[in-house]
Parts: sequence; structure tokens; C-alpha cells
Amino acid sequence: MHIDTPKKLEQWRRDCRKRQDSLKKKILVCLGPGCLANGSDKILDEFKKVLKDKKAKDVSLEAVKKTGCHGFCAQGPMVVIEPGGIFYAKVKKSNVAEIIEKTLEKGEIIDKLLYSDPDNGHKYTDYKEIPFYRHQVRISLRNCGQIDPDNIEDYIARGGYAGLAKVLTDLRPKEVIETIKKSGLRGRGGGGFPTGRKWESCAQIEAPIRYVICNGDEGDPGAFMDRCIMEGDPHSVLEGMIICAYAVGSREGYIYVREEYPLAVINLQKAIETAREYGFLGEKILGSDLSFDIRISRGGGAFVCGESSALMKSVAGEVGEPRAKYIRSVQKGLHDQPTVLNNVETFATVPVIIDKGADWFVSIGTPKSTGTKAFSLAGKIRNTGLIEIPMGMTLREIIYNIGGGIPDGREFKAVQTGGPSGGCLPADKLDLPVDFDTLTKAGSMMGSGGMIIMDDRTCPVEVARYFLEFLVHESCGKCVPCREGLLQLYKYCTKITRGEATEADLALMERLSKTIVTASLCGLGQSGPNPFLSTVQYFRDEYLAHIRDRKCPGGVCRELIQYVINDKCTGCMACLSVCPVGAISGEKKKLHVIDQDKCDACGSCHDVCTFAAIDIK
Amino acid sequence: MAHITINGKVVKAHEGEMLLAVIKRLGIDVPALCNHEAIEPTGNCRLCMVEITRPEWEGWKKNVTSCLYPVEDGLIVNTHTPELLEIRKTLLDLQLARCPNSELIQKMAEEYGVHETSYIANVEGDNCIMCYACTRICEVLGKSAISAVMRGQKKVIAPPFGEEPVDCIGCLACAQICPTDVIPYEDKDGIRTIWKKKFELVTCKNCGKTIVTRDFADYLIEQRRIPHEYFETCDDCKRLELAKKMGGLITKAAEVAV
Repeated sequence: MHIDTPKKLEQWRRDCRKRQDSLKKKILVCLGPGCLANGSDKILDEFKKVLKDKKAKDVSLEAVKKTGCHGFCAQGPMVVIEPGGIFYAKVKKSNVAEIIEKTLEKGEIIDKLLYSDPDNGHKYTDYKEIPFYRHQVRISLRNCGQIDPDNIEDYIARGGYAGLAKVLTDLRPKEVIETIKKSGLRGRGGGGFPTGRKWESCAQIEAPIRYVICNGDEGDPGAFMDRCIMEGDPHSVLEGMIICAYAVGSREGYIYVREEYPLAVINLQKAIETAREYGFLGEKILGSDLSFDIRISRGGGAFVCGESSALMKSVAGEVGEPRAKYIRSVQKGLHDQPTVLNNVETFATVPVIIDKGADWFVSIGTPKSTGTKAFSLAGKIRNTGLIEIPMGMTLREIIYNIGGGIPDGREFKAVQTGGPSGGCLPADKLDLPVDFDTLTKAGSMMGSGGMIIMDDRTCPVEVARYFLEFLVHESCGKCVPCREGLLQLYKYCTKITRGEATEADLALMERLSKTIVTASLCGLGQSGPNPFLSTVQYFRDEYLAHIRDRKCPGGVCRELIQYVINDKCTGCMACLSVCPVGAISGEKKKLHVIDQDKCDACGSCHDVCTFAAIDIK
Repeated sequence: MAHITINGKVVKAHEGEMLLAVIKRLGIDVPALCNHEAIEPTGNCRLCMVEITRPEWEGWKKNVTSCLYPVEDGLIVNTHTPELLEIRKTLLDLQLARCPNSELIQKMAEEYGVHETSYIANVEGDNCIMCYACTRICEVLGKSAISAVMRGQKKVIAPPFGEEPVDCIGCLACAQICPTDVIPYEDKDGIRTIWKKKFELVTCKNCGKTIVTRDFADYLIEQRRIPHEYFETCDDCKRLELAKKMGGLITKAAEVAV
């Protein structure tokens, strides 16, 4: 089918909705990364198999849908049954027959599969009432977990390509740019540059060709927002890019996706082909004068290729190394032509802004950071998963209301935002509102939206060392301060974790960091010392404890801690049998002892002890 | 022509030329390790950073690499602020930690008061400072036979797959442009070895001295239309021949004059 007028699109949308409504019940099986890793594809197959064998009342085979990430990864694999948003958590293949029989046929709720609040045991039927979902506002993730990414009709039924149709019928390119400018949309990749201004600068430059590139290189450890959008709602990214192409006057676009996201590549490729088939990509889109096509460029997974100039080199087939950006990419980008580069989430947000208007978008968030932002919650937090919140929500609200707080009764110690080049914020910064400027001022950054939560058993020095190791490995190696400077910071951090450093070393690290920040060529180096600078800013006492007292207050650094058995020991011999170096001695039902000379501080005994009889000192 | 102010002095410069070229022309001592007039600047070493501002920036300043920053009319440049001196000192200190045995780095660091690296020195390091001069000159020559491969600390200058470089013509440009002399080569028994590849050498028909490799001569004859007779004699013999001719001319002229 080729849709060649906006009117036909609306007609098709009505048909799609009718077809969707004819399905009395829908079974949405999450095939996001977390659920998939837990075998949700087998659950999907089982649903199809059982329904094929047996004719269930009101349930057709088409009712079973695979979706992208639904968000609540900690409770996966999850199955949602519509209408009613019935949310079944930690579903097993063996539950499928029962779900069909009870919930789909009889309309009964299966109590044991419902999510229950770990604090009060309250059980929720509709997922929208679960605190994890209740506090969220989903714009870029609007379709994730709701639609089958392979089925364009699902996207159309939920208002897909309406923004594009509106742009092509009602707005001139300049007006599109004005709308985006008015909406205050800022780059979701972390830089926070105003998207409308970027588009405007690019459109103003005389050039034979302009490029639109989508940055899907999300390389921060623990971040998976863009991945979930590309996998779960690829058409929203395409639509955003087509709108941008119209606004800036481009005919050619690229989506740069890392090779480590194979499903994103497959789903985007399918979406591009479908979009071409229906006339959303190619010549004369929806019968207008706009011609635009998109190709996928796959990256090898180098972190630095998320940097705009390195990314463009990589797209062009060169080594992915950044260049100095005294001449900006909007002037001279890919193949030296004016180029707009935006992140996946930014493009996915654009169609909604066009559809609902800039004023609506401005009404969400804060005056300087409008709208919402997607985050992935990871680390020591109960509700790991994918969330989207209005800008300005405090870290405390995110971590405790949505994230459910710290598991195992531990205490919150720090939250790492902004990926490896971001920073760690301590407990007294929990009431900071999350927006571009506040986080930067506090020594961290918004970044692309990874949020790693750490409990009291985390050592900030070790965290800094870990992220520096990542950056040393991922630095492109072109410029001296980043390549050599970060290596030295990493070496000194390692010295501190071993209790071998002096206070003079710490001062040297702080001085060196200043040079790395000012002298590095690209953003990777300029923000590279952040893991060290933010931890030393907020946890200096712990750094000094490592240096002066040779102690690791977090109980992590192996060279600086001792495992000691206290009198709670029941003599169960569990630790004795797991100790790999034979450092524990004792008899059954008698107090055990750890020989400190032999002990390797691996922590196996501590992990296996169920009586809290092993202290870390 | 643009007018810019460097260290308080107003100077004329061409719009679009890089600041470092102007600074060098004025004889101001700003160090640079990766810059060379034969190749495009890339800004690897960061040593040539200078501070720039404009009257309308209302006191806002920024540090830029002068090798990459084009001249703009009205620009105010400072080359020796305390911050810049600290940056250069730290960068040389870091380079010294990477290449503790490089005489060039030792000398440059010494000039900034670094006699010994403050950091943890790389004991097994070579003297390659990763300035990319070799890869860039190879690109200028139209070959790109070597490039910077891997990333971060593992980055090395190497031919593709670490094998004999298919496109190398043994011209020695890489070895000669290298500021720290780390690209080894050998001319022996009419054979040149560089990047583990062996090349036949073309020798002077008069004196037998090495001229260029056969591959390089062929490349220049075919691609750059240089006459093949050019590679029959070496530069010294060419000069001698020229001198003979000139000498003849002078003698003739003298005879005429007499």
C-alpha cells in the first residue's frame, strides 16, 4: 500500500484503529532486553502455541503481541493484558495455559502473578497504579511496551506519522523550526544543546546537500534508553528524522547504531523498509515535494564514536576520531556538508511536539529544561528498569518513589549520572531537581540518561577507578591530555585503592585533572576526570581514609580490608568450605577463625554467611 | 587582510590562515610537536594552545589550539598566560612519562622546568608520541599506507593488519618527518627495508649513490609525470652536471667579454 496523501493516511488510521478495536483482548509480551534475557520469547511462543491448539473465546491469535521494553525490568518477564492493563510479573512458560484459561477466558485475575509492593505487600492489578509507573510521564517512550515494533499499523493506530502529516500540510520549514525552538527541546544525548537552534543554523547555510543523522551509539555502561526506543518503537525515530529533513531541507539521512544492538539494527531496518513501502520515505513523501531516505550505518562499538565528529568520520568510513569543532557540524559535518545530528530520544520526541504543540511540551518540566527525560535505573535499586520523568523531578523522587529505594535494607550512598564521564552525587544532593543545568552545576551531568545507584557497600575511589579504566580503554588516543592524562589518573586511583598513595599524589591528580579538562580535544577527555573530581569533591574523607589510615570505609578495596568472624558465628562450616585459600579454621558448632595471613579478602565467606557473623573491617 | 592582537601587539594576518602560522612568523616561542607545514593540522599534541577573546565577548575567554584556529579579524590572542604555561608544562610532563627516553621530549620538558616526570613513567614505552605526522604525510603523498590503529593506550602506527604495507612505496617521508625518530629503516646491498617491506633501490649511474626506491620512482613517473631521466642520476651528480654546463656558459661569456 502506498499512502500518497495525508487524507489517505487518516483513512488508513481509522481502519487500523477499527482492526485494533476488533481484538477484544490483547496479550502484550515484553521482549525488551531484560525480559528477553529471561526467556520471554519462549513465553510468546507458548502463548501462540496454546492459542493455536485451542480456540479460546474472544481471543484470536493476533491478540498475542510482542512488544519492546515495557520498563519494569526488575519484574520481568512480564505480560500485560489489555484492556485493564493487567500486569503479570516474573511470568514463566508454565503460567501461560493458566493465564489463557483464567484471565483471558474467564476474566479472573491470577493473584500470584501480580506485582506486590515489597514494603506493604499491596498487590496491584493495573500496572498504571504501580508506583513505578504512576509517577512517570512517557513521551519518547510512549509506544515502548505498547506496540509490536514490526507492525506499522500499531504505530499508525497510536497516532503515528500524524506529526509528519501535519508538518507537510500545515507548516512551512521555518515554522517547524519555530515550533521546536518554542518547545525548548534540548538534545537528549546529554549535551542539552537547543534542538531548534541546531536545526535553524543548519538550514541557514547555503549548501548543495544537507544530512540528518541520528545518533544511536549509546555507549554508557548501564544505559539502555535509546536501545529500547530503537528496538521497541523504531518508527517514532524515523518520523522525527523525516520532520527534521523537511525543516532543514535534507534528502539523505543516516542512523548510526552500534553493532552490539543487533535487534535495534534489525527492527530499524524493517521499519525503514516498511516506511518506504507505505510512502513515508523515498520520493514525494505523502505526495508532497519532500524526498528523503534513511540508511543505517553500523558502528563497531567504540565509545568515542558517540561523539558527533567521530561519529561522522565513522559514517564516512574513516577511523572514528574526533576533530576540533571550531567549525561546527551544522556548518561542516558529514562529508563536509551541513549536518544535523540528534540523539534517538530527541528524534522520538519531535513528532509528539509537532502533534500536540510547543505549549503543551513547555507545560511539562522546568522553564529551562522542558519536557521529559528517559533514564535507565541500574545498580543497587529495587526497581531496575527504564523510566521517563518530567524534568525537574528530584533524585529522591526518582530513586525512592519510582525506583523503590535501596534493596536488602542497605543505605543509599551515591548516584552516578551521565555515564562514565558523569559524576557521583551523594545523599545530601538527593533533593536536587534533575535537569540539564542543575546536574552540571553539582559536578555531574545529565548525560544520555544512565543512572547507577550505589549503596553503602560501595567505595567511591573504586567507582572512580572503574570508570577511569573504562575511559582509558575507550579514549581514541589521539590527543595527549586524554590518552596520557586519564591513564595517569587511573594509575593513581589504583594506587589509592591499594593504600599505596600519598596526599601529594592526590594533589597531583587534582592539578592534572584541570589540564585534562581544559586541554582535551573532545568531550570525552574534557569530561573524563569527572568520575574522580566528583567523588573527591563529595567523598574526600574516604579518599583520605585510604591514604592516611589505609582503610576502605566502603569495605571494597581488597588490599585494605579484613574479614573477621564475630561471636554470632554458629559454627555451620559454610564459610570454611567455600574459602578458596583455606584461611578459615574451626570445628562444627564452634566459633571459626580467619587466618589473616592466608586470607585473600575475596569475600566468599561473607557472601555465604547467613548469620551476619562476618564483619568487614 | 585581518588585524589581530597577539600579546598586546596588533599584527596583520591573512583571514583564514591558522593562528599558529602567524605566531611562528612573529618569532613567538609557542611549542608544537604535531604541526608541520607539509601536512594538515590535527591538534594531537595540544601544546600550541593559546587564549583567545574578542571585545564583544565581554571578558569571556577560551583556550584553543592555535594550529587549528583560523585568523578572524579583531581576535585578541595571548600566548603565555599562567594557565597556558601550566597546560604546556603538564602536557610535556605527560609526554615525558610516556617517552622517558626521547631526547626531544626531554629537551622540551626541560625548557618548562620539568627535569623528570612527575607521573608514573612508562618503563617499556617507545618514543612514538602519536603525533600522526607520518600517517598524514603518507596521505599527502597519496598512499595512506600506514595509519593509527586500535585506540587509547593500545593505539599504534601500523600498516594494515600489521603486515607488509601493500601501498608503501618506500619513500621514507614517514621516517623523515617523525619528530622523535622512531620509524626504523635500513638501506643495505641495494635493498631498502621499512615497515618490514623490502624495496629495490635505484642508484645513480655516475656515482652509484642511492636515489630512491624503484617503486617510488615508478610512482612519480606514472602519477606525477616526472620524466624518467630524472631518476638516472643523484642530486649531487645533477648539481655537478649543472655546474659543468654553467661553468661552460661562464667561460663562454668571459670569452665574449674579452
